[in-house]
Parts: sequence; C-alpha cells; structure tokens
Amino acid sequence: MKILVAVKRVVDYNVRVRPMADETGVEISNAKMSMNPFDEIAVEEAIRLKEAGIADEVVLVSLGVSQCQETLRTGLAMGADRALHVETDVELQPLAVAGLLKAIVDRENPALVVLGKQAIDDDANQTGQMLAALLGWGQGTFACAVKIESGAAVVTREIDGGTRTVSLKLPAVITTDLRLNEPRYVKLPDIMKAKKKSIEKLAPEDFDLDITPRLQTLKVSEPPKRKAGIIVDDVNELLDKLRNEAKVI
Amino acid sequence: MSALVIADHDNEHLNAATRCTITAAGELGGGVEVLVAGHNCAAVADAAARCEGVSRVLLCDDESCRAQLAENIAPLVVQLAERYTHVLAAATTSGKDLMPRVAALLGVAQISDIIAIVSQDTFIRPIYAGNVLATVQSADSTRVITVRRTAFQSAGDTDNPAPVETVTAAGDSGLARLLEENQTPSERPELTGADVVIAVGRGLGNKEHLDLIEKLADSLGAAIGASRAAVDAGFVPNDYQVGQTGKIVAPRLYIAVGISGAIQHLAGMKDSQVIVAINKDAEAPIFQVADYGIVGDLFTVVPQLIAALNR
Ligand SMILES: Cc1cc2nc3c(=O)[nH]c(=O)nc-3n(C[C@H](O)[C@H](O)[C@H](O)COP(=O)(O)OP(=O)(O)OC[C@H]3O[C@@H](n4cnc5c(N)ncnc54)[C@H](O)[C@@H]3O)c2cc1C
Ligand SMILES: Nc1ncnc2c1ncn2[C@@H]1O[C@H](COP(=O)(O)O)[C@@H](O)[C@H]1O
Repeated sequence: MKILVAVKRVVDYNVRVRPMADETGVEISNAKMSMNPFDEIAVEEAIRLKEAGIADEVVLVSLGVSQCQETLRTGLAMGADRALHVETDVELQPLAVAGLLKAIVDRENPALVVLGKQAIDDDANQTGQMLAALLGWGQGTFACAVKIESGAAVVTREIDGGTRTVSLKLPAVITTDLRLNEPRYVKLPDIMKAKKKSIEKLAPEDFDLDITPRLQTLKVSEPPKRKAGIIVDDVNELLDKLRNEAKVI
Repeated sequence: MSALVIADHDNEHLNAATRCTITAAGELGGGVEVLVAGHNCAAVADAAARCEGVSRVLLCDDESCRAQLAENIAPLVVQLAERYTHVLAAATTSGKDLMPRVAALLGVAQISDIIAIVSQDTFIRPIYAGNVLATVQSADSTRVITVRRTAFQSAGDTDNPAPVETVTAAGDSGLARLLEENQTPSERPELTGADVVIAVGRGLGNKEHLDLIEKLADSLGAAIGASRAAVDAGFVPNDYQVGQTGKIVAPRLYIAVGISGAIQHLAGMKDSQVIVAINKDAEAPIFQVADYGIVGDLFTVVPQLIAALNR
C-alpha cells in the first residue's frame, strides 16, 4: 500500500517567536526553520510501516514556499521514496491545505495519509481532521500506536482521560502524537542518496480550488508578561508567602 | 444570532469544560443551545439544561453516538448547523477531534482554542506556543470555534432548566469502530479544573520517586501534572502532560518540581495564578515565570514541604 505524509516547514521549536513592533506579523525572517516535529514522527511511522513490509511506497507532500524543498529533502533522507511540492507564497490556512491535500490524494490514491496532529506555528490542530472530512474517510487523531490489520488501521489515540483504540476502515487519515515513535537521525550517506530522489513541483493553480484565507489576522501581540518573582530561602518562608502574601493555601 | 455548544461528556457527566464553553457562547450575545449526542445520556442533557444561559438542549440519544466518534457526530452537527451563527466546543481532545471535521464539511475555517471574544466575528487565540496572541476575524457565515477552558468562567446552575428536545442521529458512518478505552484511574481532581496542580519533570529521576509527589499532592488536595519529559520517561500517564501540545491549566497554585521551563511547557501553565518552582539549577527558565522559587534538591525540599504542610 501507498502512504502519503504531509510535512510542514515551520519555525524550529527552539526559537522563541515574538510579534513585530507594529503588530502586523511575527519576526521570523532569520529564524531557523525545521520540519514540524509531529510531521517527523509521521514520516518515521510511514517508513517503519514500509520497513515492516506493510507499505510499499512513502510519498511526502509539502505546501508552501520554495524552501519547503529542504524540508522534503530531510524526509527523503529519513527514507521516504519521493515527494511532491505544491509551491506557493500565499498563506495557506488548514482548510486550504486540506483541500489541496484532497486533490493530491485523488491523484495518488494512498491507502493511508499521515499528518502531524498540530503545526507548532499556527497551533491549529485541524488539517488532518479536515482532510478526513473532505475525503469521507475515518480519522485516527493523536495516535500513539498504529497497526495495520486486514484492511483496517487500528489506532490507539491519546485522549484527555487516557487512551482509546479505534479500528478505521482503510483508506484512512492518521494524525500523530508525540509518543508514537522517536524519529531516526539522518546520516550523511542518506542525505546524499536523498539528493537523487524526485521532488515533483506543482502549483495551487493546477487544482481548481479556492484557497483564499477565511481568517484574517488583524493583529498579533505579546501576551501579558508575568511579574518577576522572588527566590525564597526555605520551605517555611515559601509557606508563609503562600498563606499570607499570595493567600492561595 | 444564536450559538450551538457541543457538549463534552462520557454519557454520564457533563464535562466542566463545556460549562466554560457555554459562558463563552453567552458572550456572543445571542441565544445558547447545547447538543448532547451520546447514548443513555439523559443525565448529561439534564445537567446541560440546568446551566445558566442555556435556552434549549438538543438530545441525540442513539447507539451510533455512544462512543462519540467524530465520523458519526460530525454529520449530525452539520445538519443542525444552518440554524446557528456559531458552533462551539471545548478544546478538549474530543472537541479538537470533532470540530475541524464539522468545519470542513461546512466548508468553513475553524478558529482554534480561543481565549477571548472581541466581537461576533473576531476572536483572540494563542499561536507559537502562546508566545504570540493573534486577533483573527472570520469571513465565514458559520463560525466553528473551539474554546480554551481556562480563559472563561464556568457557567453556574439555575433553578429554571431549559427544555430538552430530541433530535435524530445521522447514523453509523461505518468508517470507525471503538475497540477499547483505557481511562487513567485517579482519585484526584481533574487536571484542567484543579485548584492546585503539582507538576513533575525529568528531575524526578525515576518512577519510584513519584510517591513523594503523590504525598505532596495529598497534602494539598492537588492534581498531578507533568512535563513531556516526565511522560516520555514513563513516570506518569500521557494525559498528565501540560503544555503547548498537552493540557492547558490555570490553577490557583501551580508547583513545578524538577521542571526546567521549556517554552512548550510554559505554554500550558503560565496563566496560573501563583507559580512555585523547585529546581536545583538557579538558572532554570522556570524561575523567570515563578512567583516563588526555591533553588534546591527536590529530594530535600519536597519532604520538608510535606512535613511542614502536615504539621
Ligand atoms: C513538538 C514538541 C512539543 C512539545 N510539547 C510539550 C508539552 O506540551 N509540554 C512539555 O512539558 N514539554 C513539551 N515539549 C518538550 C519541551 O521542549 C521540553 O523538552 C520538556 O518540557 C522538558 O521537560 P523537563 O523540564 O521535565 O526536563 P528537563 O528540561 O530535562 O529539565 C529537568 C529539570 O529538573 C532539574 N532537576 C534535576 N534534578 C533535580 C533535583 N534532584 N532537584 C531539583 N531539580 C532537579 C534540572 O535542573 C532541570 O531544570 C515539546 C517538545 C516538542 C519538540
Ligand atoms: N503547508 C503544509 N504543508 C504540508 N503539510 C501541512 C501543511 N500545513 C499543515 N500540514 C499538515 O497538517 C498537520 C496539522 O497542521 P495544523 O492543522 O495547521 O495544526 C501538520 O502537522 C502537517 O502534517
């Protein structure tokens, strides 16, 4: 079976992002960029399914600026077979991404699409569920374990009270949570090999879709800062402060 | 102008996060109705009907809704949605699972995890792990929204319950089936609603030391939370994780024990009323958000704290 994995290029998780002084956007022009960490987990899972003989091809797709190619190269070096890049400078919101991904699914016919549960820039946590809706497929969100058995994906999901396991008819959509796996490190020879793998370029215009953003960002601002606190000497002073100053116990 | 709130529940109890969502829906200024979809869940509908501000409850009691699979519930919500200007749910794992599916079927955007309502079409939501607050305006006629519980008061009870009407289920999609559910057993207050949270990090070293944290939590009637590192290390179950990609908490008192204070962790707790940090590294970033810090070894400090509290 074929697995499609959606990978987003985002500001690296170590970067502390700040709003610009005029509050029209965030300062990220020189920031380090990386593959969304949840998407690395998605790529890893797909490759493991291939290594286990369950999948026969892993295809990556990324939507966005030309540098998404670097992100795709990382995924190819991890072991994916080939990649698609829908190149655009336009801001893509989750519904537009889901729409474009659906068009690609219609073309590629994968049995499984794996996405991250959340992009760490917009923190939307929407795209996988939206894609499943548009395709009319089942969705295994926030997955911490995935098994493929006789035409079904058995997905254990992290939920507020613990976990739940669902069986999804294939084809299906899965979104990854942090504990699904630990992505491998790519080695130099793999990076070299990945250079020969194909990245097909597409444009949003190749698909007949309205991708205009539905949400307009009016401004971005800094959240209220906490006042600097104090270091106390010992437990007695702490309890005194909590009881008599903060009055929380 | 009216809003539909999708109730979060386990067929027996209304999740308190839904009460906060009802408050948020009320701020929009129109009527607030609640959908309870489940099976043998009349008690939930009754609880929702008693919430202040609710004018009507729609009860969909059907076998196909028992497990509240998004595949089965989303078509039902879509059928009902045309009567409403806003459809809201709490940003719990079930709300996050369901609502984008609803939005996509309606062909509209979703506004995730709002923390404030500016007007009927404009909302504030955190992005980049809460380092930035975005004010966003929706161009859609139906606004599909998830609500951050900690940003809104809980709706109280009234003596005048709203009427409960039944609605018909959309049926079983045949796409998904629940095989098993494992609830983390706990006698403690629920993490996202707790007054006091003791959060544990990698500094705990190993799972055997969790006893110490349990004792401290007992002394304060607290819930236990954790950093991702503590969850990954297996000290506590996954649903204890607090942070950007875990649970968001804002208790009266948050005590971080052996947690460094990575941005992803701070995203989940920095709106707590009072933050205490116990860490042996004076440079740990957690001290930058802590109201009170103790620089010291947790294995010395925590037993002292328990002893002093139990005195
Ligand atoms: C995509 C992504 C999502 C993430 N989401 C989350 C999230 O939702 N929540 C989250 O928490 N993290 C999240 N993280 C992880 C985050 O970046 C940090 O790695 C994590 O929070 C660190 O946990 P920690 O503070 O327990 O561990 P560490 O950073 O290792 O800190 C341990 C601390 O314990 C102290 N310590 C050690 N021994 C003792 C002792 N005996 N007494 C006192 N202090 C001691 C040390 O000084 C240190 O400060 C995410 C990361 C990524 C990439
Ligand atoms: N521009 C994009 N290109 C590729 N994948 C994306 C893009 N945007 C979102 N995704 C996928 O959707 C997931 C969830 O994103 P979001 O809904 O924005 O939080 C990500 O982890 C990716 O797998």
